[in-house]
Amino acid sequence: MSERILHRFPGGLHPEQHKSESNGTPIRRAALPERLILPLRQHIGQAAKPVVAVGERVLRNQRLAQAEGYVSAPVHAPTSGMILAIEEHAVPHPSGLSAPCIVLQPDGLDEGMRAFEPWPDFCAVSPLLLRERVREAGIVGLGGAVFPSAVKLAGTPGTPIHTVVLNGAECEPYISCDDRLMRERADEVLRGGQILMHVVSAERCLVGVEDNKPEAIAALREAARLLGDARIEIVAVPTIYPSGGEKQLIHVMTGERISRETRTTERGFLGQNVGTAVAIYRAVVHGEPLTRRIVTVTGSGMAQPGNWDVPLGMLACDLIEQAGGYRPDVARLILGGPMMGFAMPSDEVPVTKAANCLLALASRDAPADPLPMPCIRCGKCAEACPVELQPQQLLWDARAGDFERAEKRDSLFECIECGICSAVCPSHIPLVQYFRYAKTEIWQRERDKDKASQAKVRFDVRNARIEREKREREAMLARKRAQLAAQKATAEPAPGEGEAAPVDDKQRAIREAMERARARKAAIQGQAEDPPVDKA
Amino acid sequence: MWTAILVFTVLALVLGALLGYAGQAFKVEGDPLADKIDALLPQTQCGQCGYPGCRPYAEAIAAGEADINRCPPGGETTIKALADLLGVEPKPLDAELGEEKPKTVAWIDEQVCIGCTLCIQACPVDAILGAPKLMHTVIRDECTGCELCVAPCPVDCIYMLPLKPELDQWRWPNPESRIEIAEDVSLVIASDPALGREAEGRGGKHAMVAPSEVLSGSPRPAGPRDDGSRA
Repeated sequence: MSERILHRFPGGLHPEQHKSESNGTPIRRAALPERLILPLRQHIGQAAKPVVAVGERVLRNQRLAQAEGYVSAPVHAPTSGMILAIEEHAVPHPSGLSAPCIVLQPDGLDEGMRAFEPWPDFCAVSPLLLRERVREAGIVGLGGAVFPSAVKLAGTPGTPIHTVVLNGAECEPYISCDDRLMRERADEVLRGGQILMHVVSAERCLVGVEDNKPEAIAALREAARLLGDARIEIVAVPTIYPSGGEKQLIHVMTGERISRETRTTERGFLGQNVGTAVAIYRAVVHGEPLTRRIVTVTGSGMAQPGNWDVPLGMLACDLIEQAGGYRPDVARLILGGPMMGFAMPSDEVPVTKAANCLLALASRDAPADPLPMPCIRCGKCAEACPVELQPQQLLWDARAGDFERAEKRDSLFECIECGICSAVCPSHIPLVQYFRYAKTEIWQRERDKDKASQAKVRFDVRNARIEREKREREAMLARKRAQLAAQKATAEPAPGEGEAAPVDDKQRAIREAMERARARKAAIQGQAEDPPVDKA
Repeated sequence: MWTAILVFTVLALVLGALLGYAGQAFKVEGDPLADKIDALLPQTQCGQCGYPGCRPYAEAIAAGEADINRCPPGGETTIKALADLLGVEPKPLDAELGEEKPKTVAWIDEQVCIGCTLCIQACPVDAILGAPKLMHTVIRDECTGCELCVAPCPVDCIYMLPLKPELDQWRWPNPESRIEIAEDVSLVIASDPALGREAEGRGGKHAMVAPSEVLSGSPRPAGPRDDGSRA
């Protein structure tokens, strides 16, 4: 095989690696905690809908919640036990807000059931069925994006996929869950790649791994040799952050620059994280849904950094306790890596499908964010930006509240939030925070606008209806008047005497109803301990 | 000289006729400016601006009769958008008309509701469901929070409740506001005589955590916003 010519994406950064803290020990299997908290939404898209009842006993691999809509994913039980509740619980999110979760109390028996029929000979199964299996098994992108994999496998209609890209770059500092996975389960990674090639009828499979993981590359090459599949190629890519970005990795390995507006599947590439490939392999060949994931527990604030095979729903605090706990000088807990992760307000949140790393930093490694200084327009952020944006210009837009310009002219939504601009800024401006803020602000304005146009439609329809009813009433009155006139012409009408009575009746009825309501309200308020919110 | 006068008279007549024809032939239906303004208004139809709905207010702005700062539900965002559209300076919201409040939705206490339908008639967007002598309820997703249903209720059973924060509608905070918080915190440090003047104006929220950081850092000549970028 000829040596592949590698390419270089614009910008990038060489942050300190910090991989050796956690990648030296094998993956350990976490013991079952006292309870599992399974959020109904651990993926991009609509939340899953529970299909179990509180008090029900469930088995390992049993489906607890089903996908709702096309972009969604089901949730399965990681072990057997009792459903304690379906309620709001804090979830790993920068807001610290709660979301609906299924609370499962393991019974310790870990009694399993067969969720799906195993298909060891997956080549004999139709791609359509395999895609359905990926969907039913609740598999989402485990690299952190948690986009439902089945949707991605559907690709872009009319564009065949020629290359499956397995992403094992793992470019963020500290994280080593994919590294350990590739070392220990290289065969499963590649078999997952084979399944993916079969599903999308691709010709080749490129496995991209940063060259700071020589053991993983060696393990994969050995597995590929044993597998004897010439379509699979293991590519060692230079260690530059963010080579693990999907488009960046494709660029490095093939030289194909995929423009900002284009999706990778539109250009014939299907990117999947190596962990996702293993999950797909387990779902297809062993008939297992996604109920566990590998989590790196690391950082200078952790007593014993390492990688753990964790049941989904395990609380971060339980996992950290099993992993030896914090060091006394721990200052900050981050979900994800130091570049793209976010600080968590609490460690009492469950491990979800997105959780690749729990990073605890000691105070010496988590210095106070320096107070930002004015932008001096040095252009370092623009030089380092891997998607060739002008972060200093975007900062200007975001600060001025000129979101339209940020979106339309300065391509805000191309920002992959890699965090390089913030890292290189000599003025310590938290640029990526401004971009995250601007993005959510734009989404909010879009929601407001949608709501306004919806209100306008309803207002217009209502006005039209009132107008129509008025016309109809007038028409009816006119008809009646005409009838009366006609009657008058034929016979003398009887004097109307019952006219006053109904009005009186109505007034009295209203008065009585108001009396009753007042009495009821008084009674209710007398009972209630705290009355509802005061009228604003 | 007479030729010149003649030529210009003829020219004026011909061009005038042309203009007159164009004015008739290419007449724009409706008021395009009012449409654009209307599109920027929040469509709550609440009437707080003093006009009977968003559209009449938009028309009044287009005609130059009303100011752009009369929409409390739209608040600063709307005023800014209107100012951009009309090419005028944004101004603060007219305080007489109300203030910008967090978004609310109406909620009917169904235990108390007598089913009088008065609120249904008041709701400009048909967001209240019910029938005479049967209790009414608000369709949460359709309610614009205009409060027009509150006053007509004879038994005062309608409450405006703040919207619960939802995960998928959560917004990242503006980093700018954090800097302001940081400045507040720095006052605490400045009050400590041991830290002296250098801490003044920079501190930072983490200065609370590790004041030594503040002292060990190199002195900085300017505050965070001295570049005037916020002006």
